[in-house]
Amino acid sequence: MAVIFPKSSDIILKVAGAVAGIGAVIAVAAFTYYTYPTVIDTGYQPVQPVPYSHKLHAGQLGLDCYYCHSTVYKAAFAAVPATSTCMNCHTQVKKDSPRLEPVRQSYATGKPVPWVQIHRLPDYVYFNHSAHLSAGVSCVSCHGRIDQMIEVHQEKPLNMGMCLECHRDPAPNVRPANLVTKLDWVPDRDPREIGAEIVAQKHLEPPTNCSGCHR
Amino acid sequence: MSAVLQDPQLMEVNPPLVRSEDYHDLTEQISVIVEGDVVKTPLKYWITLAVTASVTGILGLMLAYLVSTGIGVWGNNRPIGWAWDITNFVFWIGIGHAGTLISAILFLFRQKWRTSINRSAEAMTLFAVMCAGIFPLFHTGRPWRAYWLFPIPNTDLNLWQNFRSPLIWDVFAVSTYFTVSLLFWFTGLVPDLATLRDRTASKLKQYIFGALSLGWRGSARHWRNYEKAYLILAAISTPLVLSVHSIVSFDFATSVIPGWHTTIFPPYFVAGAIFSGFACVMTLLLIARWTLNLQNLITMKHLENMNKIILVTGSVVSYAYATEFFIAWYSGNIYERFTFLNRAFGPYWWAAWSMYTCNLLIPQLFWFKSMRNNLWVMFIISITTNIGMWFERFVIIATSLTRDFLPSSWGYFHPTYVDMLTFAGTIGLFLTLFLLFARFLPMIAISEVKGVLAVQKHTFKDEEVVAHDLR
Amino acid sequence: MSSLINIQTPNVTGKKYWRSLNQLADTKEFRDWVHHEFPANATEMLDGNSRRTVLKLMAASFGLAGLAACNRPVEHILPNSAGTEADNYLPGEPFHFATVMSIGGHVTGLLVETHDGRPTKIEGNPDHPHSLGAATAIQQAIVLGMYDPDRSAKVLQSGKESTWPALEAAVQKLSLGDGSGLRFLSGFVSSPTLDSQRTAILKKFPKAKWVEYEALSRDNELAGANMAFGQPLYAHPKWDKAKVVVSLDHDFLNLDAPTPFFTLAFSKRRRVGSEEDLDKMNRLYAVESQFSLTGANADHRMRMKGSDVLQFATDLAAALGAMPGLNVVNNGDKRGKFLAAVVKDLKAAGPEALVVAGPRQPASVNALVALINEKLGSACVTYTKPVIDKSNSGIDALKALAGEMSAGQVSTLVILSGNPVYSAPADLQFPVALSKVATSIHLGAEEDETAAAATWHIPEAHILESWGDEASSEGAASIQQPMIEPMYGGKTPVEIVNWVTTGKFTKSHDIVKNFWLAQFTGDKEQAWRKALHDGVVAASKTVDPIKVTVDTKKLATALGAATKAASTGIEVGFYPSSATWDGRYANNGWLQEAPDPISKLVWGNAAMISPKLARDQKLTDGDIISLTRGNVKMEAAVMVQPGHADDAVSISLGYGREKCGRVGKDVGANANLIRTTDGFYFAQGFTLAATGKRETLATTQERGTGDNQNGRPLAREADVEEYKKSPKSIEEMSEVPEIHSIYPEFTYDKGNQWGMAIDLTSCTGCNACVVACVAENNTPVVGKDQVLRGREMHWIRMDRYYSGDENDPEVVEQPIPCMQCENAPCENVCPVQATSHSPEGLNDMAYNRCVGTRYCANNCPFKVRHFNFLNFHRHEPELVGLVYNPDVSVRMRGVMEKCTYCVQRIEETKIKAKRDGRREIKDGEIKTACQQTCPAEAIVFGNINDPNSRVAKLKKQERNYAMLAELGIKPRTTYLAKLRNPNPELTA
Repeated sequence: MAVIFPKSSDIILKVAGAVAGIGAVIAVAAFTYYTYPTVIDTGYQPVQPVPYSHKLHAGQLGLDCYYCHSTVYKAAFAAVPATSTCMNCHTQVKKDSPRLEPVRQSYATGKPVPWVQIHRLPDYVYFNHSAHLSAGVSCVSCHGRIDQMIEVHQEKPLNMGMCLECHRDPAPNVRPANLVTKLDWVPDRDPREIGAEIVAQKHLEPPTNCSGCHR
Repeated sequence: MSAVLQDPQLMEVNPPLVRSEDYHDLTEQISVIVEGDVVKTPLKYWITLAVTASVTGILGLMLAYLVSTGIGVWGNNRPIGWAWDITNFVFWIGIGHAGTLISAILFLFRQKWRTSINRSAEAMTLFAVMCAGIFPLFHTGRPWRAYWLFPIPNTDLNLWQNFRSPLIWDVFAVSTYFTVSLLFWFTGLVPDLATLRDRTASKLKQYIFGALSLGWRGSARHWRNYEKAYLILAAISTPLVLSVHSIVSFDFATSVIPGWHTTIFPPYFVAGAIFSGFACVMTLLLIARWTLNLQNLITMKHLENMNKIILVTGSVVSYAYATEFFIAWYSGNIYERFTFLNRAFGPYWWAAWSMYTCNLLIPQLFWFKSMRNNLWVMFIISITTNIGMWFERFVIIATSLTRDFLPSSWGYFHPTYVDMLTFAGTIGLFLTLFLLFARFLPMIAISEVKGVLAVQKHTFKDEEVVAHDLR
Repeated sequence: MSSLINIQTPNVTGKKYWRSLNQLADTKEFRDWVHHEFPANATEMLDGNSRRTVLKLMAASFGLAGLAACNRPVEHILPNSAGTEADNYLPGEPFHFATVMSIGGHVTGLLVETHDGRPTKIEGNPDHPHSLGAATAIQQAIVLGMYDPDRSAKVLQSGKESTWPALEAAVQKLSLGDGSGLRFLSGFVSSPTLDSQRTAILKKFPKAKWVEYEALSRDNELAGANMAFGQPLYAHPKWDKAKVVVSLDHDFLNLDAPTPFFTLAFSKRRRVGSEEDLDKMNRLYAVESQFSLTGANADHRMRMKGSDVLQFATDLAAALGAMPGLNVVNNGDKRGKFLAAVVKDLKAAGPEALVVAGPRQPASVNALVALINEKLGSACVTYTKPVIDKSNSGIDALKALAGEMSAGQVSTLVILSGNPVYSAPADLQFPVALSKVATSIHLGAEEDETAAAATWHIPEAHILESWGDEASSEGAASIQQPMIEPMYGGKTPVEIVNWVTTGKFTKSHDIVKNFWLAQFTGDKEQAWRKALHDGVVAASKTVDPIKVTVDTKKLATALGAATKAASTGIEVGFYPSSATWDGRYANNGWLQEAPDPISKLVWGNAAMISPKLARDQKLTDGDIISLTRGNVKMEAAVMVQPGHADDAVSISLGYGREKCGRVGKDVGANANLIRTTDGFYFAQGFTLAATGKRETLATTQERGTGDNQNGRPLAREADVEEYKKSPKSIEEMSEVPEIHSIYPEFTYDKGNQWGMAIDLTSCTGCNACVVACVAENNTPVVGKDQVLRGREMHWIRMDRYYSGDENDPEVVEQPIPCMQCENAPCENVCPVQATSHSPEGLNDMAYNRCVGTRYCANNCPFKVRHFNFLNFHRHEPELVGLVYNPDVSVRMRGVMEKCTYCVQRIEETKIKAKRDGRREIKDGEIKTACQQTCPAEAIVFGNINDPNSRVAKLKKQERNYAMLAELGIKPRTTYLAKLRNPNPELTA
């Protein structure tokens, strides 16, 4: 019979097979990696209409988060402050800084400042700020050190995996309720211990069933 | 092959299973079909292919419409959440059973008569499973999420599948079945592909067949490996024949719905599957036998043996029907009783009775040898059997759902044109694939049939054929 | 290889085939050779491992299919620029406002839930005497009406689009003079402000007239009192005081009472909270033509044509000796027996006896009832003078007005809401009369038949977006306050009346407020705020009942005068629609899709006939018949209604609207075509003829006759006496074997364990819970076609089962929400765990995880899981999206959905409790939407783990049973069997 394939084709075949195999593995790995929210969502840092610096306000000036996001303790949403809140100070401070122009505009016209949303959950997720704060979960747990960000970016993936991790074992993320907005809090001992005590004392049983978050 | 040698009963095969001048003629007879240059492929083949292909096109359109609009384009409703979709799924899976049975079980039982039919039966299996696979995927409301049915590592959601759900079992069962069947079929093809490679003059074909035949040279070493592989695959797939349809039957058996919630389902479904599978092989073989003049290779003996199997499995199925009714009465469960009365005399009586006629009554004709050997009879019965088996699945699925526990939620199912065209489309797909196979690959396992041929020669020295052959 | 063969096979020719090796196979050399070439052995590869590896690989490769799009859309957050005036406003948190609405003179206080300024849900106002927290289906559905994109949005001049200035000019031009040409046509006036305006106007324009007309009104009630006592009075049955109630064609549990109050009061004596209540249980006799909910809930029901009721009332009065010169006309011993039993029972009950007559029965019947109650010395009914004058109200007033109009005596007609062109009796030729009026100004909520015929049409504001007030028939007033600015710039009656008569426009807020500030004393502003907050005006004086006695002589003569129409031919009775009332809610999808409680008919009405009539006329469901009488004629599809009176047809009003929004246009048949002033509620002498045409009627449940429960113990019932004797009998209707799951079973013994008990005894079968659920859970409206395909989406449905003879069947209504089975069949079969159990015993459903295999729905014995076969929400106008409850996700196509015990409410309350630093939730703190609105308090939800909770107590009752418990599914929703309280004399 005529020889169609050189002897080497055996090796080629084997190599091809190996390559295909490895390729498949790599593909799966790549898929898992690139679809993981840590990769997709974290680091999202849109340009805001006003270059508001959390580092300055929350960090250096030491404003409490609660001053602006005043509904966190009472409501599901941590409301973005009304322009009037900004103007409480900025009628005196930096009265005519050009960078505050949009704010003054909004205050005059009554048109809201179009802030760009950074931390976003799907519509079918019902996250409630007040519930987490009253449990003693700090802002840091989900938003990171906002007080060190000049312009805010998303630090945590905010995916279901992340939620479940904490809901299954809340202790590491629970602290005394009065310290939740103290982003730079450094516990004097193992935070898990502290958390565990609070969990026990408050009988915290974070839901891990569907309806806890999906309704 | 070595297996053949240790096979005492073959020594008195009489009349011989296959008739062929000699090995060469055999090779010729099969190969020319594939090569299509000596014997031109008739025009009617291409016409038929065009027709089936366009029907397949309709399938594509229907599925596109379904996905873009929603399950609502089908007749499914509340309470009948599953109707033609799952009916068709079970129907095709069932047909898929004959292939593996013939290849694996008959092989292990050394049934040499399988050699002439196993190749096409295996092919049929693959195509049937392909058609079946369409439905579990597209019957979901959100097919683009169907990948959630597979255990993919998902650190994102931290969620796994529900391994208690028979649907998950299905996913494993069916995909395994397909994979193994594919390997089985291909392994068997290798020597024949090599033959084709060696016969063809065209460089291109040489490359294609060469690549496909994986450098088969036919050394003793090759044959030994081939034998091993074949044996292993047979061993692997034998349990599959039973497992796949048992698991498919769990979809119903594990539920609470009267008419579904039955322990008899696994054997009942397997028998039914083999029943319909053989009927379908029969249909296709008869057509092939006529159109490609394979009378000498697919002899009456093959056909009669298959008819016997059809008779046996058919009777098993009939027995299952009887048992169901008996248990419904004997259990004293009002819901169970009602379901079976409703099945026979309710709004779907016509479906039930066509099923009983096709599966229970008609096959009984095969008790008579004359019937088993009458081509027309067997052709018609093979068709009615498949109709009957489709109705069986419809009756089990739809009529059980239409009237379950609460009379307030009873309903009725009307298929839409999309239902019908989708089913028709899968038939088109099935036939298209089979036609392509029949034209472009050896429909009959040349090497295996040679095995049988050889044995005959070797055994009946007095036969003129062999004398001439050994000259 | 060839060499090999050559060496060792001398007997083989040059022809070389592999198979020729066979000949060598058993020669020693060959075996040795083989052995050398193959040291390996086949068998070691014979384990199934290959399978698993194959699967692993495949699983991974499929993952690639799911690669998501990675770029992210920019979304803005737009906070208020200057805070918000609404104090303690929290974004996303619901707020409740009290308001009030009136249908045909029945006033009910409401509580409206708003999210960020959007009204989303209507509930009853617990502080309002006629609601006490409950609301009817219609009342809950009006919130959808507010977002109806088909509402009237622009001024029309003779049906063509016009402008406000044009209208203004026209109004300025009006010369009203002494008002001789000025007429007002309004619905039932129950607004004190409007009434005061009316008085002022009639003083200012002495010749002007103000006519009230309702297609379905309380006029006969007043006329009856007038006949009996010589003055128009409202009768106020004290249902909760009555032990024996006889209803003469009065469907006070449903159609004749568009308010939850009657059911609420009646069920007080029906509900069995504990064993001793068994003796307090009331007994209800119903006499009626159509099969109504009242008939369904009656312990004894006597079917008869509407026109025969007068005779029955007379007989009843006679049998009681209430009136000399009357003697019982005995027709049929069945009826005689019934009458005798009723009389005996009534006498026995004495002051606890109550007889009521329906608003659709003529004055004479109402008068007789007054007489009977007086004779019985019933303490269950009081009478009050109307706080708002009704002297010029009703069909005669309208007749007179129509006369004046056609005579051209009316130059200016102001139609305040209502749709007379559609709803006025056919013989008045109202459209023709209207065309004779120089200037007709119509204030209406939609561009309806009247809007097209009037010279001017003004869009009317929805009650949720406008100021007003309503006073109940006893005078308890409430302020109607808006939650939102009029979306289409609509106006209100008070504004229009004021505008037309004074020429200057004042906002209704000012008009209403000024009116009430004038009423208040002390800190008026404070009183006003309180009135708004409570939903009831504390200062509004409720009139005290007056003591009256029947003037028997006058009554006798009056009765003699009351012509008794000879019962010939077919009788046609006209009824309110449970969905559209008199047609004003025809464009409301929620109501169109809420099944009629008895016939289960949706999206349309039908001519209801008895099985006998159907057989005689060879008619089946859907056959279109024509009904003719004199020169009036209509066509409608028939529906066979078990228990309907023979030789009678019942058809509900409010359908067949020609000028209406997309939803209600041409749905059903318009019964107003054959409704005349002489046969306003029922008329004799119709000829019925089959047309040969057919129409498909959509019902949500197969009708069936006889026992259509197929002898299954689903909705269980028993007579009180039986039950007292053998309380176990209910439970023993099905034997529940000890079944264990093959999987380890979870023990639900910690914390809150939610459960529900539904009392079939007090449940009347009104649709309030169904619509409440739709409103709360954003369940879509699917339309007639999809209902016909069996794809309606109601999470809680009302099952109706007949039992007994098709002519006098008994009916049991059974609400079916999700049973939240502890061993839920749906959960095991879901491949992706989209539905699984919560530790609190809820059968959770994660819509976003569902792939839509529908296996769970198939495996649900109750079929309470609903699949989104199509993208039902897509077809809704965008505006309708505003009505959605933001606390519940709107489900997309291809996912399963189901009742969750309003888990959003549970979670909200738990979070609230957590905020308050408490762990346990008070009993009754969480109410499911269906429970909250149920007028009969038949649905009780709560923590079954707390032995003191109401639900736990109810579940302890002997008549508590779990449907299909024999399947071992452990339902959390259980039922309390229906107890009937029949009269032993009639059952014997």
